[in-house]
Amino acid sequence: MNPQALFECFSSASCIVTQMGTGLIIGSLLFLVAAGLTLIFGVLGIVNFAHGSFYMLGAYLVLTVYKLTGYYAIAVVTAGIGVGLFGLLFERFLMRRVYKADVLMQLLVCYAVVLIMDDIVKIFWGAEFLSMGMPEAFQAPPFFVAGGVVPVFYVYLIGAAILIALALWAMLTFSRLGKIIRAAAQNPTMTSALGVNTSLIYAAVFAFGGVLAGLAGGLAAPVRSMSPGMGFSILIESFIVTVIGGMGSVSGALLGALMIGLIRSFGTIGFPLFVEGLMFLAMVLILILRPNGLLGKETRT
Amino acid sequence: MKPHSSLRRDILWAVAAILLLSALPMLTQSRVALDFVIRLAALGIFASSLNILVGYGGMVSFGHAMFFGSGAYVFGLLLQKTETSIPLAFLGAIAFSGLLGLIIGAICVRLKEIYFSFLTLAFQMLIHSVILTWTSLTGGDQGLMGGIPRPPFFGLNLADHTSLYFFACVICVLSLLLMRVILQSPFGATLRMVRDNAERAAFLGIDVWRIKLYAFVFASCMASVGGVLMALFVSGAFPDFAYWTMSGDAIFMIMMGGLHVFTGPLVGAGLLLLFNDVITRTTQYHGLALGLAVLLFALGFKRGMMDFCIELLRKIIRKGDQP
Repeated sequence: MNPQALFECFSSASCIVTQMGTGLIIGSLLFLVAAGLTLIFGVLGIVNFAHGSFYMLGAYLVLTVYKLTGYYAIAVVTAGIGVGLFGLLFERFLMRRVYKADVLMQLLVCYAVVLIMDDIVKIFWGAEFLSMGMPEAFQAPPFFVAGGVVPVFYVYLIGAAILIALALWAMLTFSRLGKIIRAAAQNPTMTSALGVNTSLIYAAVFAFGGVLAGLAGGLAAPVRSMSPGMGFSILIESFIVTVIGGMGSVSGALLGALMIGLIRSFGTIGFPLFVEGLMFLAMVLILILRPNGLLGKETRT
Repeated sequence: MKPHSSLRRDILWAVAAILLLSALPMLTQSRVALDFVIRLAALGIFASSLNILVGYGGMVSFGHAMFFGSGAYVFGLLLQKTETSIPLAFLGAIAFSGLLGLIIGAICVRLKEIYFSFLTLAFQMLIHSVILTWTSLTGGDQGLMGGIPRPPFFGLNLADHTSLYFFACVICVLSLLLMRVILQSPFGATLRMVRDNAERAAFLGIDVWRIKLYAFVFASCMASVGGVLMALFVSGAFPDFAYWTMSGDAIFMIMMGGLHVFTGPLVGAGLLLLFNDVITRTTQYHGLALGLAVLLFALGFKRGMMDFCIELLRKIIRKGDQP
């Protein structure tokens, strides 16, 4: 515990800039994962516990494709598409069978997939921590803002996350598919009564969630080390994000992701051992004050 | 069914179970078998206590392991740091966990469904990180090391393996009996009513929040009993006891055994223990094997073993009734 260090950090511009940079990339990655999670919950009312595995798969795919082709951009796009396909298969062959079952059964199916994916990663990539290293294109000297250090890749990562978020927002707001997804989230029975094939929409939503998580994993690959358990930690954090923001609300996820990102980066300075605890504390407080999250609507029953 | 006859039947079952379990050390001296029963006792109580919330109360808690952990840690700490006797430390662990359950429950039970689940999960992770951080008291990620002293009491020496076995069996049977009796009581009936239709219960003048909170506190106390037995068995307490995987295992036990039958969680605990023991011995890909088994079970069976057995039994009886 060192609140003094945190106080000192707040009084120096360079420390604030550096920590803001770190907080923003954590927030960006969390947002991409949490957006998919919250979308799936909003439309299907299902909490996808296997979402962390999607992210993990994305990171490992980028690692392999980058090694094979040498192009980071191609690797990230491949990861997005690959994990999207994985999400599609996951929905068609597993989740669809338990939509009508108990919540606990859905939980069990996801739990099983997490266990299986972790071991599959172990078989193909090994159990050790792997790191991809920074692609050459980003190996430029970092920016200096007010004395704080911001690596070049951070800027690209945050930029990419903003672009993806904008595309997601535009898709949900203006496109026909987006309108159908929002309608299905509000009233699935009515939507299907109006002739929309909701079963197809469900599959699409899972694929979307997969693409977002895959892209997040791909963007995280150069800055994070990879290990078979990496899916779980991001899963718990994105849960916190979605719960803070309100389950089912994409803009809530953005707000929550930024909050958690900043709590993580500044918390590491003041309370290095209690960062996890801080995040949970934030979630507990918000749930006590606003039981449906910051931007959540009344829970659907 | 008259309540008295049902109570008498449950007590008979309990006595029979204790007699049967006492016979086991005479049949086999195998340490593996006795160890299995002790672990089953601890986890069986734990899973059954979670089922008070999930099966009987309709409250899916993802954080029940925090009380398992608090029981183990408080019990271990009381024995390590003070001169407390085992029965007092046992009661202390239960009381502390009950109090913890009261505070956390008061905040959580107001929330609906998935938010309840996440808030319990959050509290669990909070407690887990407190255990990890408070190294001077809890030993951090090393756990409570150095063994828990087991001073003899009432002529019972728990350092002796067979005595520990008997102790665990008796505690397990008594705990299960207590849970059974309470769940069969008017309180249990009210809890089930709140689960099925909270609004109607409220119209009938039942304080829904209070009933749920009582159930939460009771389940917390019982979970800590499981934690104490586990702490006695491994002679220590570890952060994993309060980790989410522990809660996940308990949920899986309930689902595997069946949440609509009282003994379901116990059976599920036995199945999971057995399965874990077998796969850790045969393959290094523990997760893959367990995951496939879970999938097979969730997509194939779609219900717990005991639910399945009871259904089968009912079908057979119904067939027998027909001429």
